[in-house]
Amino acid sequence: MNVEAWLPRDTSAVAVGADAVADALLKAGVELMRNGSRGAFWLEPLLEVDLGGERIGFGPVTVADVPDLLAALKSEPASHPLYLGPVDAIPWLASQQRLTFRRSGLGDPLCLDHYRQLGGYAGLERALDLSPQEIVAEVTASGLRGRGGAAFPAGTKWQTVLDAPAAQKYVVCNADEGDSGTFADRLLMESDPYQLLEGMAIAGLAVGATAGYIYLRSEYPLAQRVLESAIERARAAKLLGADILVSGRTFDITLRLGAGAYICGEETSLLDSLEGKRGMVRVKPPLPAVQGLFGQPTLVHNVLTLAAASAVLAEGAAGYQALGTGRSRGTLTLQLAGNIRRGGLVEVPFGISLRQVLEEFGGGSLSGRPIRAVQVGGPLGAYLPESLWDTPLDYEALAGVGALLGHGGVVVFDDTVDMAQQARFAMEFCAVESCGKCTPCRIGSTRGVEVIDRVVAGEQHEANLALLEDLCDTMEHGSLCAMGGLTPNPVRSALEHFTEDFG
Amino acid sequence: MSLPVESDAVAAAIQRWENEPGGLLPLLQEVQATLGFIPPEAVPGIATAFNLSRAEVHGVISFYHDFRTSPGGRHRVQICRAEACQAVGARALERHATTLLGAGFGDTTDDGAITLEPVYCLGNCACGPSVRIDDCIHGRVNGDRLEALLAACRQPEVS
Repeated sequence: MNVEAWLPRDTSAVAVGADAVADALLKAGVELMRNGSRGAFWLEPLLEVDLGGERIGFGPVTVADVPDLLAALKSEPASHPLYLGPVDAIPWLASQQRLTFRRSGLGDPLCLDHYRQLGGYAGLERALDLSPQEIVAEVTASGLRGRGGAAFPAGTKWQTVLDAPAAQKYVVCNADEGDSGTFADRLLMESDPYQLLEGMAIAGLAVGATAGYIYLRSEYPLAQRVLESAIERARAAKLLGADILVSGRTFDITLRLGAGAYICGEETSLLDSLEGKRGMVRVKPPLPAVQGLFGQPTLVHNVLTLAAASAVLAEGAAGYQALGTGRSRGTLTLQLAGNIRRGGLVEVPFGISLRQVLEEFGGGSLSGRPIRAVQVGGPLGAYLPESLWDTPLDYEALAGVGALLGHGGVVVFDDTVDMAQQARFAMEFCAVESCGKCTPCRIGSTRGVEVIDRVVAGEQHEANLALLEDLCDTMEHGSLCAMGGLTPNPVRSALEHFTEDFG
Repeated sequence: MSLPVESDAVAAAIQRWENEPGGLLPLLQEVQATLGFIPPEAVPGIATAFNLSRAEVHGVISFYHDFRTSPGGRHRVQICRAEACQAVGARALERHATTLLGAGFGDTTDDGAITLEPVYCLGNCACGPSVRIDDCIHGRVNGDRLEALLAACRQPEVS
C-alpha cells in the first residue's frame, strides 16, 4: 500500500496516543508524514489521508482502529465510522479565520521548503528592504497589540526600543505560557516554528538588536526539541546568524529554558531569570524597552505577537488592520479548554461572543452536563456566569464587565464545579507561585486561602466576607505586578456571580 | 562532594557555562539533568565560578520548582493541578495518585520508583486531565490509565 498520510506530532496528539498509531501505520507500510496539529484537539489523533488529491480526515484514531481503517481505505473510505470528510471542510475548522495559524498542521513543521512555499520568509525579505523606522511604522499601522495578555500596542514598544541608544539591544520572546487553558504558543512553536523565528528576526532588524532569546517553559519538552532543530536549520539556511539572506545583517537566537516558575511569564521576572537569577519582579520604570535584559534596551513580546509580525510584514499593515473590531485588530486566538466537547485552537476575528464560541465551536460540555462557569484569560481571569456570555470577546468589552481576555484561554466548567473551591485555588496558586517581592501578593494570598476557608466553614460569615473583600482590594492596588494584582479577579467574580457556593 | 562522578559533572557544567551571560540557570539545569539533583556540596564551587555568594546560588536553586537538592525516584510523575484539568477531574486524579502511591506531592515512593509532584499546566488543556512522566505527556488520564502508567513506572529497570 502506498498511501500518503499525515498524523500530527504535537504534544496533545501524542498525549492521546498519536505515536502508537503512527507506529501501527508505519508497520502496515503506510507512507506517513508527521505533521503539526491543526489545533482541532478534540479530533486528535487526526489522521489525514491523500485520497484523489484531497486530504480526508479520520479521527480520533486509536491503534485498535488501524486495521479496519486500512481496509476501508482500500474499499469505501466514507463508510468508516471515523470518516470526517475533507479536513478543510470540517465546519469547526472551515468557520475559523486562520492567520497566525494558517500553516499549522499542513506539513512537517521543520521543513523549511514547505514553510517558504506557504509564504514563509516573505515578511523577512520585505523587512530587509526597509529601514528600521519603516518596519516599526508598519507594525504601528497594523494596530498589532501584545498577545501575552496586557494587549499593549506593539508599535509603541518597538519605537521605544528603536529610539533607545545602546551598543547592544535584545529581542526576548516570552514563551513561558503558564496560564492554564492556554496552548496557542505551544501549538505555534510545535507546528509552525519558523514563523516565530522569522518574526523575531524582523523585530531584531527593526529595533537594532542582533541577539534574541526565547525563554521557553520547561513544561514543554516537545516544543523544546522542535525549536532546537528549527533554530539549527534556520542557521544552516542563513535565515539566522551573521549575514541573514546575504544582507550583511546579523540576528541570532538562543533558546533558554525556564525552571517551573509561573511568575517568570511576567516580563521583568523573566528577564531576571534569563540573567540567571531568581525570577523576581522588577519595579517599573525603567521599562524593559529602555533598560531590560542585562540592563540594555529589550523588546519583550509573547510568541504570538512576534509570529504575527511576520504576517504584518508579509501582507502589509492594511491587511492585518482590516480584520477585527474597535481597537482590537487582527485575529483573536482563543483556546477552548477544560470541560468542553470540541476543544482546541479557535482563531477568529475579534468580536465573536463567548456564547458563540461555547456553542458553535465547543458544542457544549464534555460531560454532557450544563456549563456553569467559564474562566476567560487564565488563572488571573474572571469566572463568567451565563448572564455574561453574550459579551463580545475583545479587550475593551471584557474589561467593561470586570473580566480580561489575557492570552485567550477559555476554560469551561460544568455544574459540578464548586466555585468556592475555585476561588480558594486562585489564592492557593498565587501563594505557590508568588515571587515574594511584595507583601500583598506574598502574604495576602496565604491569608486569602485562610479567609475563604473560614467563609466556607461559616465562621463569622459576614465579617470574613468583608475581610476577603478588603484583602482583595489591598492585593489589587498594592501588588507590584499582575500576579497579585489580578488574583482578586477569579475570587471576586466567583463571589459575585456564584454567591450560593460560599455557604 | 561525596562522589567523584558528582564533582566531575559539576566541574564540566561550570566550565561550559561560567562565561555565558546568565549562565547560572542552564548550569543548574545541566547538573540536575546529569545527576538527577543539585548536590548542596556543589554550591560553593558554583558560587566561586560565578562570583556570587553561596546564599545567592542557594536562593536561585530554592526559587525554582524544577530544582531538587536530594535524589528523587527513578521517574518523575507530575499531575496537573491547574484549572482546565480541574474541570475534567484532576482533583480526584490527584487523590487517586496519592492513595495509590502512598506518597504525597514531593515524596518518593518506598521502592524508589516514583517521585510525585504537582505541575501547573502542561499546555494540553483541551485533552486533560494531564500527567507528565519524565518527558512524556499523557492526556485524558482517568483512574485506570493512571494506575497502568504508574504500574509501568514501578517495573524494575531492565539493565
